[in-house]
Amino acid sequence: MAQVTQLIHDYLRHNKKFPHVYCAGCGHGIVLGSLIRSVHGLGYAKDDIVLVAGIGCSGRMAVYVDFNTVHTTHGRALTFATGIKMANPNLKVIVVMGDGDAMSIGGNHLIHAARRNIGLTTLVLNNNIYGMTGGQYSPTSPVGTVSATSPFGQLERSFDIVDMAMASGASYVARGTVLHATMLDGLISDALEKPGFNLVEILTPCHTQYGRKNKFKTVVDMYQWYKKNTVKLDRYRQLKSEEQDKFTPIGVFRDEMRPGLETRYAELRNKLQEQRNA
Amino acid sequence: MSKKKGLAKVTIYPDWCKGCGICAAFCPAGVFELRADGKSHVVREEECVNCGFCELHCPDFAVSVTPKEISRRKTDACVDPRVEAADPSAGTDPGPEENVGTPNREEDHGHKKA
Amino acid sequence: MATKKRKKKEMFALGNEAVVEGALLAGCTFYAGYPITPSTEIAEVMSARLPLVKDGVFLQMEDEIASMGAIIGSSLAGRKSMTATSGPGFSLMQENLGYACMTEVPLVLVNVMRGGPSTGLPTSPAQGDVQQARWGCHGDHPIIVLSASDVQECLEMTVVAFNFAEKYRTPVILLLDEITAHTREKIVIPDPEDFEIISRVTPAMPPEWYVSYEETMRGVPALPPLGSGYRFHVTGLTHDQNGFPTSKPDEVKALMHRQFRKIDQFFYDIQLVDEVNCDDAEVVVVAYGCVARSAELAVHMARERGVKAGLLKLKTLFPFPKTAVQTLARQCKALVVPEMNMGQISREVKRVNNGLTHVITNNRVDGQIITPSEIFKNIMQA
Repeated sequence: MAQVTQLIHDYLRHNKKFPHVYCAGCGHGIVLGSLIRSVHGLGYAKDDIVLVAGIGCSGRMAVYVDFNTVHTTHGRALTFATGIKMANPNLKVIVVMGDGDAMSIGGNHLIHAARRNIGLTTLVLNNNIYGMTGGQYSPTSPVGTVSATSPFGQLERSFDIVDMAMASGASYVARGTVLHATMLDGLISDALEKPGFNLVEILTPCHTQYGRKNKFKTVVDMYQWYKKNTVKLDRYRQLKSEEQDKFTPIGVFRDEMRPGLETRYAELRNKLQEQRNA
Repeated sequence: MSKKKGLAKVTIYPDWCKGCGICAAFCPAGVFELRADGKSHVVREEECVNCGFCELHCPDFAVSVTPKEISRRKTDACVDPRVEAADPSAGTDPGPEENVGTPNREEDHGHKKA
Repeated sequence: MATKKRKKKEMFALGNEAVVEGALLAGCTFYAGYPITPSTEIAEVMSARLPLVKDGVFLQMEDEIASMGAIIGSSLAGRKSMTATSGPGFSLMQENLGYACMTEVPLVLVNVMRGGPSTGLPTSPAQGDVQQARWGCHGDHPIIVLSASDVQECLEMTVVAFNFAEKYRTPVILLLDEITAHTREKIVIPDPEDFEIISRVTPAMPPEWYVSYEETMRGVPALPPLGSGYRFHVTGLTHDQNGFPTSKPDEVKALMHRQFRKIDQFFYDIQLVDEVNCDDAEVVVVAYGCVARSAELAVHMARERGVKAGLLKLKTLFPFPKTAVQTLARQCKALVVPEMNMGQISREVKRVNNGLTHVITNNRVDGQIITPSEIFKNIMQA
């Protein structure tokens, strides 16, 4: 396990301000570490990685890491990434979004990116809240969440990102948490190697904006919550349905090998051009 | 990965530590302690079983766990200022520090639509 | 365009089809769009043509916001990219258009104007998006807006749009109107050697020397394609010369001023106008788009009656061709500005006229073209 931190240093932009912008205990730093370890483990060159990020806390990740980085507009990261991947399919395009980014303002782009199975690796950092704007409830905030815009508890049913991605046709869908970091390394590495649209939902705590208002005394309590309330998918499937309600399953929900749109478009183009030249 | 105790050097880089307490709460060997200065401190390095949890879970990349032999060799040959800054002695006993306040924050540029 | 002895390829084409011809001549290999009347033929023809171009990509996106995002991404990846839309879609594109201005991404956006606001008159012509093209996205930004008045010009101005986008590293908006886009007439496809094709400047220095938003004399920083070894950061936040977010007033000011300077110092290159019978004109019609064709006929009608009329056809709408208008304002007794909106270019004409001469507006917003006789009447009354 040694030298993990030194390894991460090799991928950070040293002229940026550290420690990074995230609050104490925010899981986004752990995701960044996990992403770096995965990229390193798979042996990708920094030049071949394009990290596309949306707006919000997750969006700030792009500044810190020494890849090709594009910090886009709110919710639209997948559209930029689609353009980049179609323009140069040799690039490994990683999209980092928050839950508001991916499910609310960018919900349409997410379902269509999954539907067209464009070869992107999408990390949705789900902290159940709009953190950077000061803690308003998001489409993934559980019912009853107290937030800056739901002082009496929010009433709307929350989105299940994994269900949404699967229903939309993503070829690889997984969920992890920042507490299960080794597993997360595995999920991200797995996703990076798959063709087509792949998505990893990552549960990451926001104590500053979510936890404090929702009965988590410290950020550590939120990590403890992940420990107690998440369960590996195979075990989850063995639970009775009333027990299932108490847990959030983590693991790989779908793993299909389907070529990405960029590959299929290139095939079409080659076929047409061969026909013309024949 | 060895489960033997005391084979690893554990270092905290205090300027990056925000004192979230994850390392202290989850370390199976109780190596860390959160002190009044708002930082985590290595207090029982000899108990470390080199599981690496702290290194994987420090959101601020402030903890390093290095097997001891490698650590010595690295420190001697080191020319990289980053590794120098993370010199083990800096982390184990930083001594009384001025209150560094909240970590450096960049301006909040975020926008989310109303 | 220089004429050559060899017979050129001719086409009987819609304005929208001519846009595609121009784009492909200019080196466009990437199109992303969403269907909307009256611009849809551009997408349809692109979808058939681009797969036959080397590395060509056509994408039908889920909406106009996504279309704009996709072409910004592809342009950053090194492709000459474009999209086409109409009024409502143009409104949706504004946020990402602002991103392209801030991050200085070359791209071409064709907006075929229809009646508005809202769904308005979807199949009728209008020129109501002129000021939206200039000021549609929030914040101060320079932008280049071009127009075309006939099918041949649709082709030519599309090439010009790509050249400006690449030369000045900026989004360029080509404003057409439903009449120009849906007129079918003969065009001549120019030979590639008849045109200058400009591509963006890419860095020549080693990656570690590259400064992604460097302050240069020209004001236009070099832009390498993503993945070419020059790792840089692109952000819609105000950024320093290295491309990283900053809110330091001196750095923000330097960024904004450079972005304006890179356009402002090349007005002579960017501000394109055509003059017809303007040398001795006493009444000058200032027009653009399909209205310029009516105006040209009106000017000839007036000349036949012995009135010294001229036409100033604006091919560049923004940056507004101030010098050309002022020069004529000084010599004539009236400027007539016919346009299919409530006065979006006449506002600019009045601004630069600044009391030099009399400005007569001639507006129409009922989905009908302004006829030559209507303009003729205004010339005669001037």
